[in-house]
Amino acid sequence: MTTTSAYERMIEARRPPDLRSGVLGWLHKNLFNGPINSAVTVITAALLAWALWPMLQWSVFQADWIGQTRADCTGEGACWVFISARFETIVYGFYPPAARWRVDIVFAMLAILVAWLVIPRLPYKRWVGLFALVGFPVIAYVLLIGGSFGLTYVPTREWGGLMLTLAIATIGIAGSLPLGIILALGRRSSMPLVKSVCVVFIEFWRGVPLITVLFMASVMLPLFVPTEVEFDKLLRALVGIMFFWSAYMAEVVRGGLQAIDKGQNEAGQALGLGYWQRMGLIILPQALKLVIPGIVNTFIALFKDTSLVLIIGLFDLLAIIRAGLTDPSWLGFATEGYVFAALVFWIFCFSMSRYSQYIERKLHTGHKR
Amino acid sequence: MNTPAASASNEPMIEIKRLNKWYGDFHVLRDIDLTVARGERIVICGPSGSGKSTLIRCINHLEEHQQGEIIVGGVLMTQDVKRIEQIRRQVGMVFQHFNLFPHLSVLENCCLSQVWVQKKPRREAETLAMEYLERVQIADQAYKYPGQLSGGQQQRVAIARALCMRPDVMLFDEPTSALDPEMIKEVLDVMVELAHEGMTMLCVTHEMGFAKTVADRVIFMDQGQIIEQAPPESFFNNPRSERTQLFLSQILGH
Repeated sequence: MTTTSAYERMIEARRPPDLRSGVLGWLHKNLFNGPINSAVTVITAALLAWALWPMLQWSVFQADWIGQTRADCTGEGACWVFISARFETIVYGFYPPAARWRVDIVFAMLAILVAWLVIPRLPYKRWVGLFALVGFPVIAYVLLIGGSFGLTYVPTREWGGLMLTLAIATIGIAGSLPLGIILALGRRSSMPLVKSVCVVFIEFWRGVPLITVLFMASVMLPLFVPTEVEFDKLLRALVGIMFFWSAYMAEVVRGGLQAIDKGQNEAGQALGLGYWQRMGLIILPQALKLVIPGIVNTFIALFKDTSLVLIIGLFDLLAIIRAGLTDPSWLGFATEGYVFAALVFWIFCFSMSRYSQYIERKLHTGHKR
Repeated sequence: MNTPAASASNEPMIEIKRLNKWYGDFHVLRDIDLTVARGERIVICGPSGSGKSTLIRCINHLEEHQQGEIIVGGVLMTQDVKRIEQIRRQVGMVFQHFNLFPHLSVLENCCLSQVWVQKKPRREAETLAMEYLERVQIADQAYKYPGQLSGGQQQRVAIARALCMRPDVMLFDEPTSALDPEMIKEVLDVMVELAHEGMTMLCVTHEMGFAKTVADRVIFMDQGQIIEQAPPESFFNNPRSERTQLFLSQILGH
């Protein structure tokens, strides 16, 4: 028997059924949903407490915070006096104390520029970005190196600490992203020469360990160039870091380029847009958005690997803390030193990670369903 | 219609002479000869793989041909980028999968090439864009992103985007094949209106109703060559070649 039916009346939209909500509802649903789940929750909480409690004891509750010398380290736990007593050196390295205000100005400008570019609500992004790329490097260079406008000359071998770490990381990030984008585009080029140059460049720098690159930059390069020509050691390291990471960046960006449908390029061609217009206005904005996690991942790796410059005798944050450990009046504070260094690196890298997640969410709204 | 002042009005819009194209060893286009007059509306049909999309993609150099000549608006197509861009500025194209730019709003999609190719001030570009969006009846969605629109709406935006460049010819590459049945009509309506305004059009489509209504000439292609071309009445009522008869019986037979 077959039945036919037709509904005259439209069904009105109703509210969804009221499921349990609020903190208790969440706890019940996620943590105590049945006996096994509850047991797992309790055991995990106990394990966490067991592992974290001694750490908190050492680093906070039984730690020494105030003082000037080793004699102030009386508690059971960590002695942060070691850090606070050498805080200036950790930040500025061997930069002459009388000129440290110059570093402060550069720090402040960098912080303001980054904040301005990172906070979406602030206006004039284009001009601030242009200034950050063109004006700021010149001002920072003049201020940090000195030797002009009545500022005393400070050679790069006196740079160090957090300041050096940030300088390498900022320049490395600002240099490797555009270079990586150019390499990625070059690798997909239809011109055989451009393509093979980019492939060779990428594969060479990607196939060599960063430590080797740094050694080559500091030891081998001077062997090949005439002795009159002397490149700054920091500059050599910077170029090495930039080339090394741009190869990684190129492969990340290439992944994004490959994910863009070729119809996008064809639509741009049909509208009469030239190659650079198609890349800059259509392909790259979409491709880079897709690979934000990969780009930020590379930034984070670059930031942490700046500490490798210590092997060629540059005193970055980690190296300067290590140097402090050999101070006879502060023997035996290695743990505090390394924990502090780890914390500083972690703060910067975690901030980058969070910002990348935020910007991904922001860019995704409304574009795709 | 803004036709270039220099070109005589009786000069053909598009001239294709003995065009040949290969993909590797595969001969996709074989000795194609085709002349399109200004204001002429042509529908190209044929089984899949017959080379009809490839043919119209050669006209704005999305595909490169190996032999023969293509002359668009008096400009001979060569490898020269300047000439290719000169031809592309005269030719608008609508794709099967719309190819709107998903990271730009509908309005920005329509303004992009006006601002960057024609170097128009943004205000002027937006005014013209709104005019064309109005004509395809989608002006109320101007600030949405393509991903928020239905397929039919997206294709109408794509038509408006191409028209914003004030082209002399419009190429349609299966504009309704990717659409749900209930959205095909809204796109065809826009195309019919465009045809009535005198736009030169080349449409690759299987919409035979559209061909009957607006086409001046229907071209049937198979295996890379033009088998038959005729005005729609004689094409549909008295097809001469057997291949055409078979094809028509297959697509009209159900």
